[in-house]
Amino acid sequence: MRLLGADIVVRALQEEGVELLFGHPGGAVLELYDALYRSRFRHVLARHEQGAVHMADGYARVTGGPGVALVTSGPGVTNALTGIATAFTDSIPLVVFTGQVITKAIGNDAFQEADNMGLTRPITKHNFMVKDVRDLARIIKEAFHIATTGRPGPVVVDLPKDITQMEAEYHYPSEVSLRQYNPRYEGHWGQIKKAMALILEARRPVVYFGGGVIISGAHEELLEFCEKLGVPATYTLMGIGGIPGNHPQSLGMLGMHGTYRANMAVDECDLLIAIGARFDDRVTSRVDQFSPHSRKIHVDIDPTSIRKSVDVDIPIVGDVRNVLQKFLKLLEGEPKLETYGDQIADWRTQIEAWEQGRPLSYAQTADGPILPQYVIDKVYQLTEGKAVVTTDVGQHQMWAAQYYHAQSPRHWVTSGGLGTMGFGFPSAVGAQFGRPKETVVCITSEGSLLMTVQELAVAVEHNLPIKVVNLNNGVLGMVRQWQQFFYERRYSEVDLHAQPDWVKYFEAFGALGYRATKPDEVETVLEKGLAATKPVIMDFVCAEEENCFPMVPSGGANRDMILEEPEEG
Amino acid sequence: MQHTINVRVKNEFGVLSRVSGLFSARGYNIDSLCVAETLDPTVSQITLVTQGEDETIEQIVKQLYKLIDVIKVSDHTQASSFVGRELALFKVRTLPEARAEVMRIAEIFRGKIVDVTPDSYTVEVTGSPEKIRGLSDLLRPLGLEDVVRTGRVAVARGG
Repeated sequence: MRLLGADIVVRALQEEGVELLFGHPGGAVLELYDALYRSRFRHVLARHEQGAVHMADGYARVTGGPGVALVTSGPGVTNALTGIATAFTDSIPLVVFTGQVITKAIGNDAFQEADNMGLTRPITKHNFMVKDVRDLARIIKEAFHIATTGRPGPVVVDLPKDITQMEAEYHYPSEVSLRQYNPRYEGHWGQIKKAMALILEARRPVVYFGGGVIISGAHEELLEFCEKLGVPATYTLMGIGGIPGNHPQSLGMLGMHGTYRANMAVDECDLLIAIGARFDDRVTSRVDQFSPHSRKIHVDIDPTSIRKSVDVDIPIVGDVRNVLQKFLKLLEGEPKLETYGDQIADWRTQIEAWEQGRPLSYAQTADGPILPQYVIDKVYQLTEGKAVVTTDVGQHQMWAAQYYHAQSPRHWVTSGGLGTMGFGFPSAVGAQFGRPKETVVCITSEGSLLMTVQELAVAVEHNLPIKVVNLNNGVLGMVRQWQQFFYERRYSEVDLHAQPDWVKYFEAFGALGYRATKPDEVETVLEKGLAATKPVIMDFVCAEEENCFPMVPSGGANRDMILEEPEEG
Repeated sequence: MQHTINVRVKNEFGVLSRVSGLFSARGYNIDSLCVAETLDPTVSQITLVTQGEDETIEQIVKQLYKLIDVIKVSDHTQASSFVGRELALFKVRTLPEARAEVMRIAEIFRGKIVDVTPDSYTVEVTGSPEKIRGLSDLLRPLGLEDVVRTGRVAVARGG
């Protein structure tokens, strides 16, 4: 059967089981949009290409992916870059189709031409340009395979316009043959046994896990592993939801805004069991003083993550779930398990003492301004931690990580690695498409929200009942906090009081808006907002100078965290 | 320490920029670089010379393997484990009285005169960087005008 290039793309998407495409049309992709029209393929029209890619990303994070986006050439691609880079840093499987000028025009500075391969090379797991329509189906197959296997990531397929207009015999390959690409899933038994020996002799062990647990679907194995041993577990921003946030063995998040007990436990442990995490700088802080007394086990599917910043004693390359299953197998009938609880009892007592001494806390007063932590606490209580939460980037993101105790994986959507402001709302749109029956809450703040809020039109168009919790403090809060601590309160370009009336703004789009200005209004507004069946903003006018603690100053070690407001001198 | 790294890659457009882009993005140095097709025309070999501590080289090798188009990476450190050669072309502007001297020196270095004009010789020589530097030092006083060098190519010793 001979098909047009554009129709080959649509057929290939169907073969891959893609149900939904996020995109924005333009000149170079007219043929593709015609094919979508003729096949009635389900497509969500984003209002900006960055939004389209964030939507595909949010969709992938809550469903397991892949997310698929389609953008036109030139500015379509440059607009999409932030979205692609966001997904790349967080290992999210995406396939992004980019329009390109006709093959003959490439390199001639044609209208809406950009070097898509050059632009996307450093922010994709791989990219392809299709130069012959006969390669198209195979390349799409390879793109999906590469995006979704091993350590996942975005793959770009660049489609010159003439390729989409040419015909070729259609045959979709059932398998890929990439002789050079073969991710290792099976953890090495020898290494796993050595690691288990270390675990069984440890007196102060801690599990430190990250997004790899979510990606590999290892949450059940992880919980069983932690519970069998009674070992405490801390997690990265990307690991949230890997174990229920309020589990008695959960220490909360570690790192720059981690909990006191998590940072102290990692600092004083004698064995650090790193699972699907990459010792990123927001976790380690000062790397030469990170977890200085411990031996380290590191499980990761990506060999480059191992020994990149921190030396480890036992590296295990493999899929986190596969490795945890092997750990569990070794634990079956392990005689030392019986006394293991006693062996680490002092350690658990110590951790409990840290928690009692320095719990996360905030001081909401009845007549003072609304504190953002209080709002997040209430969101957690009212949703019982079962909602899908997306966030933007800044103070509100860290407070959400601290106070919203997500109960299950793939319910926490945040830009962890790249730290992309503007991610929250569009990713909530994608998440709501991915989990249409669940409550989706976007915890954000006005600085981030204003960057991409045009996608509200999409939420209204598709009647997506996204609940936006706007922690509106009138400033770029995290930048302000750093300026307060390290630049003597010289607040440089952080004032955001010139902002829309958010209730009216949402109403103007056909959505709903509620506002709370006093603490006693918070719960009522949240109850109304969470019950809404349309997109809704809950605008919480919050304290301006509230700070996020604990906080590890840059250049400091985790144990040097600042825990409370300094006394004014 | 200096490392010579052979990278076998799919012979496809853009592969070189993936490899060089990896080095520039992660701040690794490239001292020299050579690319050519292998016996299998679908495969190219890139020979890279780079510097770094063991941990850096370990990361470089792992990062190279992470590129989808990379088939095999071999790191040669020990001088005894591989044969490495560079090629250089020296253009010497010669006065008639120095011509014989240029030829003699070229011969000692097993070089060849590959181009002759009324007032210049071009000498081709292959060898180690030290040998090429040695020849360069000797030719300089005789009117050395230009040197063009390839990067190193290398092959593992034995089978």
